Amino acid sequence: MKSKFLVSCSLATLVAIATPAQAQTEIQWWHAMGGALGEWVNDLAKGYNDSQKQYKVVPTFKGSYPETLTAGIAAFRAGNQPDILQVFEVGTATMMASKGAIVPVGKVMKDSGLQFDQSAYVSAVAGYYTAPNGQMLSMPFNSSTTIFYYNKDAFKTAGLDPNKPPVTWAEVALAAAKLKAAGHKCPFTTSWISWTQLESFSAWHNIEFATKGNGMNGTDARLVFNGPLHVRHIQDLENMAKQGLFIYKGRDNKADVTFPSGECAMITASAGLLGAIKKNAKFDFGVAPLPYYQDVPGAPQNTVIGGASLWVMSGKPADHYKGVASFFNYLSSPEVQSASHKRTGYLPITTAAFKLTEKSGFYKENPGADVAVNQMIRKTTDKSRGIRLGNFLQIRTIVDEELEQVWGGKKGAKEALDEAVKRGNEQLERFQAANKS
Amino acid sequence: MAAEKRVVFRSAWLPWVLIAPQAAVILVFFFWPAGQTVLQSLQQQDAFGTSTEWVGFANFQRIFSDPSYLASFRTTAVFSILVAVIGIVLALVLAVYADRVIKAAIVYKTLLIWPYAVAPAVAGALWLFMFAPSVGVVSYALRHFGIQWNHLLDANDAMAIIVMAAVWNQLSYNFLFFLAGLQSIPKSLLEAAAIDGARPWRRFWTIVFPLLSPTTFFLLVINVIYAFFGTFGIIDAATEGGPGKETAVLVYKLYFDGFKALDLGGSAAQSVVLMVIVITLTVVQFRFVESRVNY
Repeated sequence: MKSKFLVSCSLATLVAIATPAQAQTEIQWWHAMGGALGEWVNDLAKGYNDSQKQYKVVPTFKGSYPETLTAGIAAFRAGNQPDILQVFEVGTATMMASKGAIVPVGKVMKDSGLQFDQSAYVSAVAGYYTAPNGQMLSMPFNSSTTIFYYNKDAFKTAGLDPNKPPVTWAEVALAAAKLKAAGHKCPFTTSWISWTQLESFSAWHNIEFATKGNGMNGTDARLVFNGPLHVRHIQDLENMAKQGLFIYKGRDNKADVTFPSGECAMITASAGLLGAIKKNAKFDFGVAPLPYYQDVPGAPQNTVIGGASLWVMSGKPADHYKGVASFFNYLSSPEVQSASHKRTGYLPITTAAFKLTEKSGFYKENPGADVAVNQMIRKTTDKSRGIRLGNFLQIRTIVDEELEQVWGGKKGAKEALDEAVKRGNEQLERFQAANKS
Repeated sequence: MAAEKRVVFRSAWLPWVLIAPQAAVILVFFFWPAGQTVLQSLQQQDAFGTSTEWVGFANFQRIFSDPSYLASFRTTAVFSILVAVIGIVLALVLAVYADRVIKAAIVYKTLLIWPYAVAPAVAGALWLFMFAPSVGVVSYALRHFGIQWNHLLDANDAMAIIVMAAVWNQLSYNFLFFLAGLQSIPKSLLEAAAIDGARPWRRFWTIVFPLLSPTTFFLLVINVIYAFFGTFGIIDAATEGGPGKETAVLVYKLYFDGFKALDLGGSAAQSVVLMVIVITLTVVQFRFVESRVNY
């Protein structure tokens, strides 16, 4: 018995020693997708791993977007960085400035010898992650934009037409008043207040959020979101807040849960929320484009991108980069893209994927699913191409802080926006000074 | 400590060898990171640490010219005083009553010690659930009394929620020390006082409280340090420093600037300032307060 055991043990050891010779190369992928989106990420990795034998993509959930970025930075400093790091759009300028820490995706794809056509990607999406010299720096992954959701059942109860979502902000206020009159406690709320009410708002009305093409053309950009239209909009929201028509639900995406739960009847939020709403909402809901001000010439233009992209970290063995390239190739294929788009509500990143989705009849069966796509696939202007600023996370927090003073009744709209611009510009000046080269 | 026995080492090196493990731990986990922080506070680094520039005291200049940083000192003072005072008083009351309980004493004590096992971030989240403006149990009840609770927009509500969570989280620790302190008070003293006709309240003020003063003093130091350093998890989960910057205490601002905004130089400078404050506070407490404490 004992000798048999020994033999099997040594056999096992032999096998264990022998396997690494043909072992797969593991590609570490750190991401910030929890819940339903986490399942999606795992399925993507599984789909890729099953499609070939050479590489194995290992996704790891690292917490919220900022936590994932911080984890990636700490790991890089310790020399243990993952191959792929998911970074939210707010961190894009930081990543672009960290030249020694990343390998541009354009280079990774070129070196791998795989076919890579940058023009296949939707320009409003890929353009955001492309350097001024035309090289794609990161792989667009979960790209979203800001859209408007409304509760059709609540609309019916309030005597509103459920098939006629409000198109302008004036109509939003009217609908909110009717909802409130019908006893609704939270007629309208919003997630990502800076992104939806100032950033996308600016692009949607074709006005600047910041100078220098919203920071896309240089680090000497400065904030200008205290113009008359911005002030007017924040004032309108302030009035709605005073009347209990707009209920502030907190920073970042804290308001997200209030829509599928039925608590709030209308919300402006990320297109990526669609998946969670489909899964959790026990009522009939509608999706509509972001509301706008009718009297503004050129509105509606297009909305700006949000979400995250995948960055390739430097300092890894050459075969890892080949694996990363092959994985990205898989992710960009029209079939995978289209399936992801249908599943999550995130934008398709290639034109081919959009066409494939359209051809499958998905948009006809799911009215509203194309709202985000239509808001993005438009000819962009210098003012609407996207917003890419240094220290953006701080700027968004400053906007949160100043606007909370407005909803709390401590500051007027103009005063708060002026202060936010002033404090935000200090952040931009610091970023410019730190990234002169 | 009447019969103090002093052991004298004859060897010159043996005591050093004996304290070496502890010294090594302190060096590696306290002095080394503290030294690094001081160095970083004089540097400007990009997020990934690929470029480093010595900037002298520029980081300190920058933080002290930031009005929100200066406002944070006031917020921190209010928060720390509330947490330390409420936490200590409440724990003392609970300990005195738990000490008197005869039936099922162990159950009370266990329940009172439990919250200490809860991580600060979880404590913050728990209180957040109870006080969520629209769906929280407590805010729902408060509405019935005509109180509109909204810590998202009301600065006082926000301060109240983090103070409650911080006090609750630290209560068990304070409670344990007071309970141990109470149990070490000789029963004969209390009995003698009782025979002399002292009422319970008088016995507490003239015997128990003075004898507990070393414990109270120790807890004061610990609670202030806790309020300064240990509470950012609670604040991050419950208020994120808001509304505005009304609950952004020094350690939360440091955490935000360093870990979320990736401004390492600025946040290291804030750490150094915080370190100086806590060292000063501790020295002051030991020099001036301790001299009035009865051991």
